[in-house]
Parts: sequence; structure tokens; C-alpha cells
Amino acid sequence: MKSVDEPVPGQPLPILPGHSSPGRLERILRAGSFAVTTELAPPDSADPEEVYARARVFDGYADAINATDGSGANCHMSSVAVCALLTRIGYAPVMQISCRDKNRIAIQGDILGGAAMGVCNMLCLTGDGVQAGDHPQAKPVFDLDCVSLLTIARTLRDESHFQSGRKVTSPPHVFLGAAENPSALPHDWRARRLAKKVAAGAQFIQTQYCYDLSLLRSFMRHVEDLGLVGRVFILAGVGPLRSAKTADWMRRNVPGMHIPDALIDRLAGAKDPAREGRDICVEQIQAIRGIPGISGVHVMAYRQEETVAEIIDRSGVLAGRVPWYPGRDRDPPGPRPHGAA
Amino acid sequence: MYSVRQWSVRHARGLNSFYRYFEAVLVRFDRVFEWIGYERLERPVAFVERNVKGFLFDCQMCGQCALSSTGMSCPMNCPKTLRNGPCGGVRANGHCEVKPEMKCVWVEAFRGSRRIDGGIDAMSQVQVAVDQRLKGRSSWLRVVREKTAKPEAAATAAKPSGGAGR
Repeated sequence: MKSVDEPVPGQPLPILPGHSSPGRLERILRAGSFAVTTELAPPDSADPEEVYARARVFDGYADAINATDGSGANCHMSSVAVCALLTRIGYAPVMQISCRDKNRIAIQGDILGGAAMGVCNMLCLTGDGVQAGDHPQAKPVFDLDCVSLLTIARTLRDESHFQSGRKVTSPPHVFLGAAENPSALPHDWRARRLAKKVAAGAQFIQTQYCYDLSLLRSFMRHVEDLGLVGRVFILAGVGPLRSAKTADWMRRNVPGMHIPDALIDRLAGAKDPAREGRDICVEQIQAIRGIPGISGVHVMAYRQEETVAEIIDRSGVLAGRVPWYPGRDRDPPGPRPHGAA
Repeated sequence: MYSVRQWSVRHARGLNSFYRYFEAVLVRFDRVFEWIGYERLERPVAFVERNVKGFLFDCQMCGQCALSSTGMSCPMNCPKTLRNGPCGGVRANGHCEVKPEMKCVWVEAFRGSRRIDGGIDAMSQVQVAVDQRLKGRSSWLRVVREKTAKPEAAATAAKPSGGAGR
């Protein structure tokens, strides 16, 4: 059975009234479903099969897959290329654009190019500093910041011209996103910063890891006070922690990462810390679902991507919905590809 | 100098009031500036501006000053030169992700903005991308030219941001 949202590679879906993109992520969010997005770590390789293999582990559990853009300032296959490969076989990628490596000329070219390749979602980021990665000797560009990037991307889409004013003949029909970190200082400013991103053109937000749900809750109250609920779709960032030791390392070394002591203690006391980490993740997803104003979760499971299916399955947030993946409607009915582990 | 820069944030309110007065005076001199010629004034004024603001704010002479929208904490001292607020990498102690020994420029900006009347609203305004052509040029003269709105000046001064020391 062919479903209505089955994409034909190379053929965009029609853009529904009131939508900015033909993409499935926007459709899911605007329809009011709780969305699940996840993150693919681009390979250190020129082999497209490695990209496909990394996407396949999410089959049936993700509404969209983020392709990171040199995350942590490390060199990998480009996000534009990963997205272009993914759209060839019908996946719905979120193209991450970081301001660290490219100036406005290159970035606007990528937005047009990505959209031409069928990319429907773009996430505008500032990017980690070069000191964090494997090329600390590189020149940090930062010609734009995430807010000015959003402004430029929206102008390109809605007014069909580059920042220079020069016209484009066919604008990129993209759903624009941004990130936010509810756990980072200054806490009182974070929701206002979100408001700034919405004013600049952000339509969806994927947050950094939110291990401290009390911070997320107070952030969301502030978001509500600013009247942003209903004007932007917020997906809260979650991810499984592998052990107390990695959690502690992460909070000390990964920029903007805040993990409460209680979680670390819980991992330290567990017989099977990896399993405990997944349990915590499932519990947090379920708790997040109950927070007003949140439209979904963004699961980041770096180097343990194979756990995403199990976590989402156990959390039950898809409520029986099976996000499209290549071959979904050809597969005989039966157990889901990564059925409850 | 780092300690002077921090002093300036602590005195954001006074410095902002002083700047408003100073700007109003400059605007009144528009005719004089025009008579001398703005381009002829560019180098000496930029020299003074670079030294005064360099001392007080570690000013980087971006040429499109946003200090009044950033609580007197110069955003160009952010290693990522962010113009719209802090990145997500601020450390738990409020220091910079890239330069751990330095307080986040934007944590400071938030502190300074709270001292200025309407400072938080000013900081909430979206700043457009920096015009790299203006680097090294006087922001003061540009503001006077914009405020006295001469069409040809507005055209040459591009039109970046609503920040310009306002």
C-alpha cells in the first residue's frame, strides 16, 4: 500500500497551504503530532553507503534526520552532501548550517543548493569554536551569527533575494530551524534569545541536551510568558548517557552541557550503566511529552545511534505512528524494523 | 584592557547616558562636519574613537557600534563575534567556551543591559549581519550622518543594524 506521504525521490511533495516547505517534518508538526528527530554523524569517508547505513538504523522511528555540519569543529563529510544523498532515497534530512566555516556567500549558495537537492529543513547554528575540534589551527569565519543567518535565509525564501538584494528566480522552500540551550547561562536570557530567533525567522527549535528538566520547565514557562507558544515548534534535546564516567567527562568538556549530579549518581550506582542511561532517557522523553509547549524530541545518541529505535519504542511517544522510511510501505506487515529490544 | 572593560559594564548606565549626550552634541555639529568634509574627518575621528573606545571597551572598530544594545560589553570581543546574544557554549561559571579565562561577553552584556533603562529591550532587537566594509571606520560619524539623514550618505554608509551606539 502506498501512503499519501510516500516521497518519490527527486519529486517534491506538494506544499500544503500555510506551509513553507514540502517536507514531512513540517507536516507532522503542523498536524500536531509529537515529532521525533535524531542526528546522524556524517562519516569520515567518501562512501555514500556509509551514509545510508547510518540513516537506516533510524528507520521507522525518526521523522527527520539531522546531518551535522562539522559538529564539535571536527572535519567530516559535509552536511550538504549527506543531505543530498539522503534525499535521493527519500529521507527527510535537516541540513545543519554552521557559521563557523563559511561566509555569507558560501552559505547562501548552500541554502539554494540544498533546497535544489530536495532538502526541506535547515537548522541555522552558530557552531562550536575551532578550538574544540581536530583542526584548532583553522581560521574561524563567523561572518554571520545564527540570528543574522536566519534573517538571510528567510529573506532568500520569502523575498526571493540574496542579502545583496540580487534576485533569485526560484526561492528555496525550506522550513527554518534554530537551536537553543535552556541549560546555559544566562538562564533569564535564554527565552528572550529564542524570541529573537523566532523574530528572525525560526519556525522550529531543536534544543541542546536537556538533562536538567527543572531548567527546561522554567525555560518553557518563560517561553510561554513571552507569547511564543504556538509561534514556534520546540523539540527538546535528549540522549542516552553511557556511564557516570562519560557523563562526567561530557559535562566538563562538551561546551554548554549541564548534567545534574543526581543523574550521575544514579548511573554510578547502576549495575548496567548503559541500560540505566537508556532508562533515564526514556523517562525523560515521557516527562518532556507532558511539558506544555513542547512539540517533540530531538534524540542525540552520538556513537550509540543504534539505541535510538529502542528508546523511542519504549517511550511510546510515536503512539503507533511509523514515520516514513524507504521501503516502509513495501515491507510486509509484521514486527517493526527495530521492534522493542 | 580587560579590567577596564569590566568596569565599563559595571558603569553601563552612566556611560550610556554620557554617550546619548555626546551623540546629541555631535549631531548638532553636522553642518560643521559637512563643511570640513566627512571623508576628511574620517581618519582623525576614527583615531580618537579607536583610542577612547579601545581603552574603555576593548573596541575592535567594527564601524557599526552596538554598545548601547549590548550593555556596554563589546560583542566583537566574543571569539565568535556574535551580535545577537550568547552561544550555547557558555560555561557553568559564566565564562567563554573558547577562552575559558574570559567571562562570556554576552553574560556581561546581559549584566550591563539590566543597568540601562530599556537595555533588555535593546538587546532583544535583532541585529543584522556586520558589514565588513565598515571595519576601521568611525561609528560616531556614521551615526551623525544617519541621524541627519542625507540620502547620498545613507547610500554610502550601507545600512547595517539598528545598533550604532543607540
